[in-house]
Amino acid sequence: MINMFEVNETNKMVEQENLDVRTITVGINLLDCADSNLDELNRKVYEKIVRIAKDLVKTGNDISREFGIPVVNKRISVTPIALVGQSACKTPQDFVTIAKTLDRAAKEVGVNFIGGYSAIVSKGMTPYEENLIRSIPEALASTERICSSVNVGSTKTGINMDAVRLLGDIVKETAEYTKEDDSLGCAKLVVLCNAPDDNPFMAGAFHGVSEADSIINVGVSGPGVVKYALSQVKNANFEVLCETIKKTAFKITRVGQLVAQEASKRMGIPFGIIDLSLAPTPAVGDSIAEILEEMGLERVGAPGTTAALAMLNDQVKKGGVMASSYVGGLSGAFIPVSEDQGMIDAVNAGALTIEKLEAMTCVCSVGLDMIAIPGDTKPETISGIIADESAIGMVNQKTTAVRIIPVIGKTVGEVAHFGGLLGYAPIMPVNNFDCSVFVNRGGRIPAPIHSFKN
Amino acid sequence: MKKTIITVVGKDTVGIIAKVCTYLAESNVNILDISQTIVSEYFNMMMIVDTNNANKAFDELASELAKLGEDIGVNIKCQREEIFSKMHRI
Repeated sequence: MINMFEVNETNKMVEQENLDVRTITVGINLLDCADSNLDELNRKVYEKIVRIAKDLVKTGNDISREFGIPVVNKRISVTPIALVGQSACKTPQDFVTIAKTLDRAAKEVGVNFIGGYSAIVSKGMTPYEENLIRSIPEALASTERICSSVNVGSTKTGINMDAVRLLGDIVKETAEYTKEDDSLGCAKLVVLCNAPDDNPFMAGAFHGVSEADSIINVGVSGPGVVKYALSQVKNANFEVLCETIKKTAFKITRVGQLVAQEASKRMGIPFGIIDLSLAPTPAVGDSIAEILEEMGLERVGAPGTTAALAMLNDQVKKGGVMASSYVGGLSGAFIPVSEDQGMIDAVNAGALTIEKLEAMTCVCSVGLDMIAIPGDTKPETISGIIADESAIGMVNQKTTAVRIIPVIGKTVGEVAHFGGLLGYAPIMPVNNFDCSVFVNRGGRIPAPIHSFKN
Repeated sequence: MKKTIITVVGKDTVGIIAKVCTYLAESNVNILDISQTIVSEYFNMMMIVDTNNANKAFDELASELAKLGEDIGVNIKCQREEIFSKMHRI
């Protein structure tokens, strides 16, 4: 039987170490809402989302109360809208109407984000997909809760450099459209390589075509719990360190598994996956950087950071897979700058650069995340950054992503404020040597040799 | 059987167990196990209870217990057992 020590340990994780379930995300297939009449399509999309997700927020809150574990976010991901809208949308503006419908549905059911304003263009772009991509700046500026993502490459297909080049412009334009709010729109736009179909985390969540009609995916979190556990084994060797992380990851993931199964049972929607990712928040003590520092780095970004992160990521997975029957999504450690106080402090101290962050993305999910850069950064440079990050994903057969914010009107030394879970970020310097000839070549980078496994 | 864990933590005073148990009896909640310690004047109790035949819903039970805790000056939490068993048992 459960004893007092165990009960106290669990409650301490929640009360003092910020253990929570970061998100219950319901994935909803919208392909059956496709229609050549735009109004009809919008009506069907709204109706289906509200019908399936109407009890999501209440279910999340009920579970949270009964088990005493916070369920921070309740969210929805939908089929990439480029697919849903392709027969009805003739222009980018047509796609914007769907964005507004999604936003309205999100507000009606009370979720804080809805992901899937997306296009999968890893090999080529259809005209509809290009229209959706071109509509992103306006869509993000005229809605509140929409998250958008574009998959521009994969290990199997290579990198669609035309899309990469276009996205450089789109990121910049999105920043311009939302310049009054420190270019907040870019915080809701992520460019991915090897995007998973079942990711519950924003901004990259969408409901892939390989999925069932509706599905529940859950993202757990608990950087604070890992950090506390490591603080109890100071000066121990790597074996002890790894063992501690694994055990902690197991416990954290079990909570996610329990919540996912309960939500699935109560809503009558099948359980998909648990995403094991350690996701930080701006709250003190809920930081990936602090875990790395607890391992013995003076600041995140110091030599040793990549090795420490690689080990953390691997041990989290090893502990996590034991705790859940189905693991998926991104499942790694997130290293967003603005959402992690330890990262922000490291940037301010001069310990962490974009180049070091890029190196870190080789060994963890997901990529250059929530990084504020000067507003006058050239679109070609942004395309170059996206290309680099995609190449890391393509060659290493892993998901990588770029969510950078060129903050219009601000430059290095200033701070961008996004508010809430998105936090704030010091503007980081970018290498401004030109790459425009390279990114303007057109076409695609072929798939790497190790992708030919058949 | 649906088991629920009730934890009571706070400064020790006269009658904490009596008040909690009285409330549980009135709510038709059966106590299966109690363990309790006092560490440097801090009262720490864990109860395993059976809420199957309770005469009120879980939510009501949890919020009334929390309220009772406020009145006594301790923190009372009421959670379904699975959160602990899932986390600590393979």
